[in-house]
Amino acid sequence: MAEHGLTPTPSLPDGSIGDSQFDGLTIALNDTPHMASLACRRGQEKAFAAAAKELFGSALPGPSGLVEGKEFSLFWTGPDQWFVETRLDKYEDIAAILKATFADTASITEQSGAWACIELNGSGALKLLERLCMVDIEKMPTGSAVRTVMEHLGVFVICRDAGSRYTILGARSSAGSLHHALVTAAASAL
Amino acid sequence: MNQPNRLAGGQIDRSKQLTFRFDGKTYAGHQGDTLASALLANNVRLMGRSFKYHRPRGAFTAGSEEPNALVELRSDARREPNTRATIAELFDGLEAQSQNRWPSLAFDAMGINDLFAPFLTAGFYYKTFMWPKAFWEKVYEPIIRRAAGLGRLSMQPDPDAYDKGFLHCDLLIVGSGPAGLAAALTAGRAGARIILADEDFALGGRLNAETFSLGDSDGPHWVAATLAELEAMPNVRIMPRTTIIGAFDHGICGAVERVSDHLLAPLPGKPRQILWRIYAKRTLLCAGATERPIAFGNNDRPGILLAGALRAYVNRWAVTPGKTAAIFTNNDDGLRTASDLMAKGVAVAAIIDTRSQGTRIEGTNHMFGARVVDTKGRLGLESIVVRQSDGQMQTIACTTLGVSGGWNPNVHLTGHQRGRPVWNDAIASFVPGACPPGLTVAGAANGQMSTAAALEGGAQQALTLLNDLGFAASRPELPQAEDAEFRLSPFWHVPSGKARAWLDLQNDVTVKDVKQAHQENFRSVEHLKRYTTMGMATDQGKTSNISALAIMAELSGQSIPQTGTTIYRPPYTPVSIGVMAGRSTDGHFRPTRLTPSHKWAQEQGASFVETGMWLRAQWFPRPGETHWRESVDREVLATRGSVGLCDVTTLGKIDIQGNDAATFINRVYCNGFAKLAVGKARYGLMLREDGMVMDDGTTARLAETHFVMTTTTVNAVAVYRHLEFCRQCLWPDLDVQLISTTEAWAQYAVAGPNARKLLQKLVDPAFDISNDAFPFMGCGEITICGGLRARLFRISFSGELAFEIAVPTRYGDALIRQLMEAGKEFDVTPYGTEALGVMRIEKGHAAGNELNGTTTAHNLGMGRMVSQTKDSIGAVLSRREGLMREDALRLVGFRPLNNQDPLKAGAHFIAGTNPEAATLDEGYMTSVAYSPNLGHAIGLGFLKDGGNRLGETLRAVNPLGGDSVAVEVVSPHFIDPQGERLRG
Repeated sequence: MAEHGLTPTPSLPDGSIGDSQFDGLTIALNDTPHMASLACRRGQEKAFAAAAKELFGSALPGPSGLVEGKEFSLFWTGPDQWFVETRLDKYEDIAAILKATFADTASITEQSGAWACIELNGSGALKLLERLCMVDIEKMPTGSAVRTVMEHLGVFVICRDAGSRYTILGARSSAGSLHHALVTAAASAL
Repeated sequence: MNQPNRLAGGQIDRSKQLTFRFDGKTYAGHQGDTLASALLANNVRLMGRSFKYHRPRGAFTAGSEEPNALVELRSDARREPNTRATIAELFDGLEAQSQNRWPSLAFDAMGINDLFAPFLTAGFYYKTFMWPKAFWEKVYEPIIRRAAGLGRLSMQPDPDAYDKGFLHCDLLIVGSGPAGLAAALTAGRAGARIILADEDFALGGRLNAETFSLGDSDGPHWVAATLAELEAMPNVRIMPRTTIIGAFDHGICGAVERVSDHLLAPLPGKPRQILWRIYAKRTLLCAGATERPIAFGNNDRPGILLAGALRAYVNRWAVTPGKTAAIFTNNDDGLRTASDLMAKGVAVAAIIDTRSQGTRIEGTNHMFGARVVDTKGRLGLESIVVRQSDGQMQTIACTTLGVSGGWNPNVHLTGHQRGRPVWNDAIASFVPGACPPGLTVAGAANGQMSTAAALEGGAQQALTLLNDLGFAASRPELPQAEDAEFRLSPFWHVPSGKARAWLDLQNDVTVKDVKQAHQENFRSVEHLKRYTTMGMATDQGKTSNISALAIMAELSGQSIPQTGTTIYRPPYTPVSIGVMAGRSTDGHFRPTRLTPSHKWAQEQGASFVETGMWLRAQWFPRPGETHWRESVDREVLATRGSVGLCDVTTLGKIDIQGNDAATFINRVYCNGFAKLAVGKARYGLMLREDGMVMDDGTTARLAETHFVMTTTTVNAVAVYRHLEFCRQCLWPDLDVQLISTTEAWAQYAVAGPNARKLLQKLVDPAFDISNDAFPFMGCGEITICGGLRARLFRISFSGELAFEIAVPTRYGDALIRQLMEAGKEFDVTPYGTEALGVMRIEKGHAAGNELNGTTTAHNLGMGRMVSQTKDSIGAVLSRREGLMREDALRLVGFRPLNNQDPLKAGAHFIAGTNPEAATLDEGYMTSVAYSPNLGHAIGLGFLKDGGNRLGETLRAVNPLGGDSVAVEVVSPHFIDPQGERLRG
């Protein structure tokens, strides 16, 4: 990591907000992983897929798909578009690292700072999410991700373990409102 | 406390006694009671006054169709008017008040209306309060509304919370009577995901109110056993206290779940109600049927109920409204009430059967071919007057009367998408016709009126639907149940002479009113409804509409289906506005977006303003500053004098990459972008297809195939959407990838003569930001503070030497603190949106006020920017002759002739001594500010032929406020018109 003297701040304005416990559910603000968007350039599909295979060791997930690897996980966000995330600090400048592999086959944009990452752990997650989003969360299989809306806020819901473990990615600027909506709905539903 | 009308048995928990108050008096009831059943148990028949004539009224039904027994439930801020006592679940401490009476329920002064009844017939208001016209709104209407009201609102904020939610299922079953339960068993066992919803707190529908046997068991026991099986299934969700309020598009139903209405107050954190949106692959409507009355003279007295409701009170709640009963019926179902009453030991004085023959009920005086013609009893029924088949009149003493005119299937949801029900002679009522896609009907709602038919209908419909959905299902074994014939002989009303025969109890509409409407040619059903108010208000005519149609048919000599049907619209029963609003109240109406420097700005005591959903610092007051203008003036002068900082993160940022990115941008902006060099930024103007200006901003080229576009704060989403539309729909052949990075980068404007000196302290030495190396409109990717990646743009909104510096958002807080620290030696000053606004007006830069959707590049003085050498969105239509007129509105500056005069945005320009008339309007002021540099107010605005009128004097008039200021037309560039500062 670079030696600059700047300290990152967590994605909620009040960084001290800790885990919230409910009956059958923990809502935790996680440090946002290092994230970048990855889009295939036109006509580069083959080379792009090869580069992806090389870096991630797996095929690119299809619509609503999520692939969790050792170092990176990635999920589908649109036709020929994916989000890549990693928690390894050696990949802090993730966009530059991806660019080194994908070169001109991909358009890569750093997204790390854009998102707040809220983890839902426990079987209460389903009861909570049915109060907030129109997606049929109960039918989401492990290893899937969808883009939806909660209380007017665009979010990604990532299902890491069906029925019990979900990640909500919401815009960083409105993370306070999203967190408020989640804990309020949890108190109401659980 | 003694409950004189309580009988033996019933489905109440006698071990749990509940205390409640009605009109200030304390009573006792039991768990399982409704407010109505508990009041009846206490021999309280009088529960309210009618809407128009203030007639004494009591519970008429035992369900949500109740027209009469409306009360104000709870007190203070939780007081809810027009609550139906017949479905209000009793709880300990319940408090209710009757409504629409003064001073008391037993003596209501407005009861005098009843004496004037001959004058207050249908259309009375329309005919009487015609003159003078102006009196309607100010005098007549308020008086009428006060006299003819339902309950009172508390006028306090609702203290409770409401939720919304979303559910998904294969099969939604609406209603849990025999049909619903049979369907649920069938579908549940097949493994389908089902939701079983019922508006009642006890599931089972009519099975709870009847004494039939179901196989070896009775109704309630079979219900309990069935529910126990369903509850054990993980694929079944049972939702009591949940009303399906509407059937909407795409298989979506709306539902209101009353989570806490049976409690004194919601538990902490819990909602009062939830509005559910249910996505169902199939919906099976098993909503049962609603009984309808027969109209006769004075048929509205407390103690007169629908026969099925009377039976429900006796069987389910073990109460009787009176010790001596009578039954008035035109069908066999009414006779059951007599039998059940007698079985419970309630005396049945007579059965008045309109039919000429039938099975005689023993143990009472069963009169065939008879009619009830009138009733007596001021505040409650005391006797009925019967005309026997031989014409003889007889008075029979009784304190309760059960009336049955047949049952109407609850087809409401089938009509929510304008499906019309069809007439069925066998039950003399409407049954479902065309249904919304995915919705089918079973049981009594489908005209299957016996228990056996309902059970079978529910199971069979479920099998069909499951088969459609690909589930292997088999018909469950259903219990033996009654399958009696209905044997109804249609009979709608008894000609009653002078005594009024009430049809719509809630709106006080009589048979005579319908006749009058017919006489006055209001014969269409829709006219009848509006002229008489028939079928309006909380019950929507559930007990009265069909009877009114029948009477209209009789008068017109047509059949009932020829006469018409009314349209059913959601909601099925009244829905509180609160549950529609959900959590969107007060500060939670919409989310809030906070800038990366928000916490720091809060620490500085900044005042914030909402811009879109963002909260932006408006100004940063310092000790001793008592007026916002002092803070803003100081911030402006400090920035122009040395250096200022402003969080500009809120501006939209769109990352545009791809081999065709330059081509793409060149097409969406009207000015040229194809040749923008790497490391340079350019101001871009974006037009709508119609040639009007859509947005503006700077776009920087970071690499050959990589651009970053900025948009205005408010248009960030709209521009992104527009670009995606262009990319996906207009030019899918271009290699372009887009993604918003508004949230990903914290961006600060560093403006003022010392801006470079300040930044040089943070920018790593490898990057030269001198004027030669990094000139105006330069841009680049750099590192700061010893290695943090950043982006630097040499752009200026203030007109000063200025940069915008961006870092990954999580370093935004650290960067503003670093900039402030490093800037101490320059007396660096943070400035807010107000100072930002002042400086851009001083500089003559257009912003949202000028880009208001009606202005063209020509209006803005940027007409030459619309490139003639390329095509771009909006370019062709922007060249329309009318838009390009030389004397079109042009953006110019204004200053008051008298330096002390303030200017007002929105003021219109009038020349010379012309009157303030729209025809003489010459343009309008868009933005104003006080310029601390110039010492007077300045303004920007659009003026006809403005560019050729510099130096002219006009009046900026404000007809709303009645003021007018003399202004001089000047250049919009108040400060540094040559732009020397920003290039310095």
